[in-house]
Amino acid sequence: MALFFIVPFYSVAAVAFGQVDPIRQSAVPEWNPRFWDFTLFTDVMDRVVNGDLRTVFIRTALYVVLAVAGCVVVGYPVAYFVSREAGKWRAALLVLMILPYWVSYLMRMLAWVNLLQPQGWMAQLLSHLPEGNRNWLSGQPITVMFGLVYGYVPFFILPLYATLDRIDGRLLEAARDLGATSRQAFWRVTLPLSRQGLMAACVITALPMVGDYYTNNLLSASPRTEMVGNQIVFFLQQTTQPQVGASLVLMLSAALLVVMGGYLVSVNRAQKLVTR
Amino acid sequence: MKRKPKLLATFTALYVLWSMLPVAIAVLFSFNSGRSRSTWQGFSLRWYWGDPFSSVWHDDSLLRALRNSLVLAALTILAATPLGVGLALGLTRWRGKPARVANGILLLPLVTPELVVGTALFLVVTNSYTFLDLGRPAQLVGHVTFSLSYVVIVVRGRLLSIGPDLEEAARDLGASPFQAVRMVIVPLLTPAIFASAVLVFATSIDDFVASSLLSSGAGSETVPVKIYGSVRGGATPALNALATIMLGVSMLALVAVFAIMRVMRRRQGDANAGENSLKELASW
Repeated sequence: MALFFIVPFYSVAAVAFGQVDPIRQSAVPEWNPRFWDFTLFTDVMDRVVNGDLRTVFIRTALYVVLAVAGCVVVGYPVAYFVSREAGKWRAALLVLMILPYWVSYLMRMLAWVNLLQPQGWMAQLLSHLPEGNRNWLSGQPITVMFGLVYGYVPFFILPLYATLDRIDGRLLEAARDLGATSRQAFWRVTLPLSRQGLMAACVITALPMVGDYYTNNLLSASPRTEMVGNQIVFFLQQTTQPQVGASLVLMLSAALLVVMGGYLVSVNRAQKLVTR
Repeated sequence: MKRKPKLLATFTALYVLWSMLPVAIAVLFSFNSGRSRSTWQGFSLRWYWGDPFSSVWHDDSLLRALRNSLVLAALTILAATPLGVGLALGLTRWRGKPARVANGILLLPLVTPELVVGTALFLVVTNSYTFLDLGRPAQLVGHVTFSLSYVVIVVRGRLLSIGPDLEEAARDLGASPFQAVRMVIVPLLTPAIFASAVLVFATSIDDFVASSLLSSGAGSETVPVKIYGSVRGGATPALNALATIMLGVSMLALVAVFAIMRVMRRRQGDANAGENSLKELASW
């Protein structure tokens, strides 16, 4: 595991902080931390904070936040229904929740590309709307966010379902007996009890979205909707500056580490509250 | 009171429709008789094998992608399953701080965006593990890296439910530590090992990021990489046919996992084996 994970990760740092071969202009990794050269890294950092890459980072954050919000709007009611109200349909619905999980992500994107092509069924349908007659597959932020929601919502529903399913139904009955309306029972009992699961589901969907570049490329392929992932892959594969890509990976990981850390701290705090 | 579930039920039904219909339409178009992936022109099997040049059966690049995916998945199973079982056995015995650290490291690939893992592997393969070539060897390492975690999670879950008693009994009856594991624990683990192998298979054939970053060009394209590369061009419904074949393979894998888990639960005397297996599937 160390060989497969830690060493490769270290090599990202080595490339990011390494030298540039003066003749071939290619990256030379520097394995000894004492000789690490931070000029390129700070350079890239500067572009992220002040320059051209800032919009990309902001756009990524915006898309991910909105797409996760979309997942909550779509996923919470579904998970709630399957765990609470589905009755005899429960097993069947559970199968239907699991199925998309096992359909290849690329297959599901392929399906939408087919539908949104200029002659595609969905594009034709949309063209009857005002403003609906446009090329949906070229630089439309809404398509990208829609694709992200469609792609990741199964990963959101399942963990949330697991949490909702564990809530003891008797607590809700108690709330009703004590005079709460069903709406109050939801807001004051179910929702607080599922908050942990909701947060976990958000983190589980947000993390891969941040590193996603293929959804974007398939559904938009335009610099107008580019995300950090697109930039990383671009620098890695299509230029002779993998160091820039490596630097971006480091910054992205650092940002995610902060988010994960915050999440873990809040989980810990919540658990302490429960056990006290 | 009666109204609310109805609203939710409609919403859920719409969600199911929304999540399934596009894929179903994509499958439908793999049977289109014309060249279009968006205008329906009648049913045919042309894009599976009828067309002499561009059907899945006759187009070398599509067939190669299919073969690459399956071979890579098979190799990943062979490498990741034994490694993962060994790690799970080791980790349940090992106590204290190092075990906790090892546990944490094992979970890292699951919470790191694949792009980060993929980039890291790409850079290490091109810079220091130069004995590994881009292409299948590097892809294999990539796939093993993240599927290993799944094996450990599934197998360890089962190990914890078996508990230490049986192994201790075997030791008391004179078995060596190795014999106790081989003759008592491994047979009990068999269903879990099979389930995790199928899971590894499914994650491997679905994977795009690692396969793509660590591929060495057209020769090592897997099905997802091929779809990614051609979907925005003027691809024929043969691409849909290829995706449909892979979908069929994934569904078979899902059914297999479900069947194994149900047998496992039945043997443990679980009265509600079917639904509980579904729940366990949902929890991965």
